[in-house]
Amino acid sequence: MTVTEVPSPARDQTLRADASPAAYGSPEREPARRLTQLDALEAESIQVIREIAAELERPALLFSGGKDSVVMLHLAVKAFWPAPIPFPVLHVDTGHNFPEVLDYRDETVERLGLRLEVASVQDYIDDGRLRERADGTRNPLQTIPLLDAINEHRFDGVFGGGRRDEEKARAKERIVSLRDEFGQWDPKNQRPELWNLYNPRHRPGEHVRVFPISNWTELDIWRYIEREDIPLAPLYYAHERDVFQRDGMWLAVGPVSQTREGETVERRVVRYRTVGDMSCTGAVDSPAATNAEIVAEVAASTLTERGATRADDRISEAAMEDRKKEGYF
Amino acid sequence: MSATMTTTTTTPYAAGLGERGLLRLATAGSVDDGKSTLVGRLLHDTKSVLSDQLAAVERVSRDRGLTAADLALLTDGLRAEREQGITIDVAYRYFATTTRSFVLADCPGHVQYTRNTVTGSSTADVLVLLVDARKGVLEQTRRHLAVAALLRVPHVVVAVNKIDLVGFAQDVFERVEAEVQAVARDLGVAEAQAIPVSALDGDNIVDRSTRTPWYTGPALLELLEALPPSEDVEGESFRLPVQLVIRPQGAAVSEEHREYRGYAGALASGVIRLGDEVVVLPSGQRSRVVGIDLGSESLSEAFAPQSVTLRLADEIDISRGDIIAAAEGAPEPTQDIEAVVCWLGDAALRPGQRLLLKHGARTVQAFVRSLDGVLDLDDLHAVSAESLSLNDIGCVTLRLAAPVPVEDYAVSRRGGSFLLIDSHDGRTLAAGMVGATLPSAPPAPVAPEGDEDFDI
Repeated sequence: MTVTEVPSPARDQTLRADASPAAYGSPEREPARRLTQLDALEAESIQVIREIAAELERPALLFSGGKDSVVMLHLAVKAFWPAPIPFPVLHVDTGHNFPEVLDYRDETVERLGLRLEVASVQDYIDDGRLRERADGTRNPLQTIPLLDAINEHRFDGVFGGGRRDEEKARAKERIVSLRDEFGQWDPKNQRPELWNLYNPRHRPGEHVRVFPISNWTELDIWRYIEREDIPLAPLYYAHERDVFQRDGMWLAVGPVSQTREGETVERRVVRYRTVGDMSCTGAVDSPAATNAEIVAEVAASTLTERGATRADDRISEAAMEDRKKEGYF
Repeated sequence: MSATMTTTTTTPYAAGLGERGLLRLATAGSVDDGKSTLVGRLLHDTKSVLSDQLAAVERVSRDRGLTAADLALLTDGLRAEREQGITIDVAYRYFATTTRSFVLADCPGHVQYTRNTVTGSSTADVLVLLVDARKGVLEQTRRHLAVAALLRVPHVVVAVNKIDLVGFAQDVFERVEAEVQAVARDLGVAEAQAIPVSALDGDNIVDRSTRTPWYTGPALLELLEALPPSEDVEGESFRLPVQLVIRPQGAAVSEEHREYRGYAGALASGVIRLGDEVVVLPSGQRSRVVGIDLGSESLSEAFAPQSVTLRLADEIDISRGDIIAAAEGAPEPTQDIEAVVCWLGDAALRPGQRLLLKHGARTVQAFVRSLDGVLDLDDLHAVSAESLSLNDIGCVTLRLAAPVPVEDYAVSRRGGSFLLIDSHDGRTLAAGMVGATLPSAPPAPVAPEGDEDFDI
């Protein structure tokens, strides 16, 4: 099926961003007892987290220090308050982290009294179980350490901060998603997921991945961070940094990302829309220094966060699907 | 509390967004009716496709020798889907207009993926059913209407697609409209408004088309924006299935919370206020609500589908799976259930089988006493059968190992729905609706008024 006319990608910001005054004084206001979008999303996520924690014996929550896992953690705190979160957090450490994010991770773990388990890609490379890729990115190398950690700790469920709006293979994910003994995702044979009845049962050796914030968009995440005043790692906000351009992205100068011939370093005001492997996660030019400014920026953005900042997702049309089938999150 | 808080931001963007509700919609229809194209069109024309996504679609389309972008590629994200040009599993997409935010479940049309359509429809406020104007009602159309009727999707909108391929002919549209509405009526779908559309060209999707001057109704998006919200908590009775009992323990717990005992869950229906009398099911013990907590926030009331933690005046025995309900009119727990099920398992269901049943936060053993009929999709009534196969819709009588306070699905979508689960491998085998029935006799053919050419 084809369309005969595709308008230019230049976007009418007002439509998506809803600056139209009609949105405020609309006569068709929702009734008073109707959840707003953020409240509806929050309610769904908390229900998922509680249900899985109740049904499974040994869940864990993937925590990278990135904004999505931070929001997920915040929701978990709410889900069990005033009791502490009844499961550990797991970080699959690429060894290519932004130092600010590691600091933030450790502060958060300390503040919330969490138990942190770390699966280190670097250890695997050091002892030869994994080999560095030619392109240097370590995101795809996280799969094996993750699966080993799941086996070692006998985790039967792993909460992940994946969102369906991030990427088209993730758009196909269930909220509770079965993985076989090799950690593989079978997208052609997913379990039906009905109403709000979640079924994480599985055979020994299998486990489930659980995505409580599946239905949140990047904008929802930022509006919630703003509303709930959730602290984040500082690199999400505008700051000066030495960067150089590669593949249309601003990469930070650091131990794992050095300029090649022809690339020049500039000092620019940037921020990060996603944080991941430092060698392939790009910064964006941005003056947005507060949550409110970021909400406005994201609402008006013409690029998806992955399109803007992830070199590894540009490898092929099905890069994410292929990684997920192998057990990636 | 958060539900009534006003957004404090100063940006116009965020201020407008905070006031809106969320509408969940699902698409259905037979294969090749153009669902993914319609979804692509909705996303594209609401400016929900960002430039890098569009560039990727254009690149792939070009690689395949197409002269223009194939919008179906926006949602058909799996390798196998792209190879075969079909939709295999539900894709969830998100878009917003000035008045609403939408979660869209793009469901597959192939009969072997009907279970995915059931998945997408179970949470939908609106089902957008596509019908090819040239083909009219097909078996999958009937099946999807039957699913919408059984799952009681609050609104059904029929998009009569490819109207451009029949020359924008009014009589073709009206014939298909009458045909669909007759089937909908027989299945008990309350309303099924039809719209002539071309997903390919965008006619009547976002804006009304000048090529269908005889059509005076709304464009699809206009209709989706105007549909009344489906959940009306005011008229419902309060129910909260207890997911967890929260009793903080350990050194990290502060002094003031040492005695805390709360019952955590999502309201399945209704409203709860401080001071309300409640009854715990199935035990029947009564108490009064003295606290409603959402995280560290104390609320004076909560309503469905909020996730909260309730504190009660009395120390009574409550555990996961119990239901806290309004003291008046609480359902009677029962071990015997009659229900309609959509069978989603690869192996057939037979009387005498033992399964697990999950209702709310409770899972109990269940025994299939009898199979009371299966829906014949040709003449839309129940016929007798010895087993239910994948994608069949049938009536069953179940015996449960313990009393469960189920409600009629017609009264409460959350209180009357259940899963049947394979106790060996954990598979979800069926979607069940308590107290639902199937038509027992074939419907009498009804010729729509003023249309003598109509044949059934």
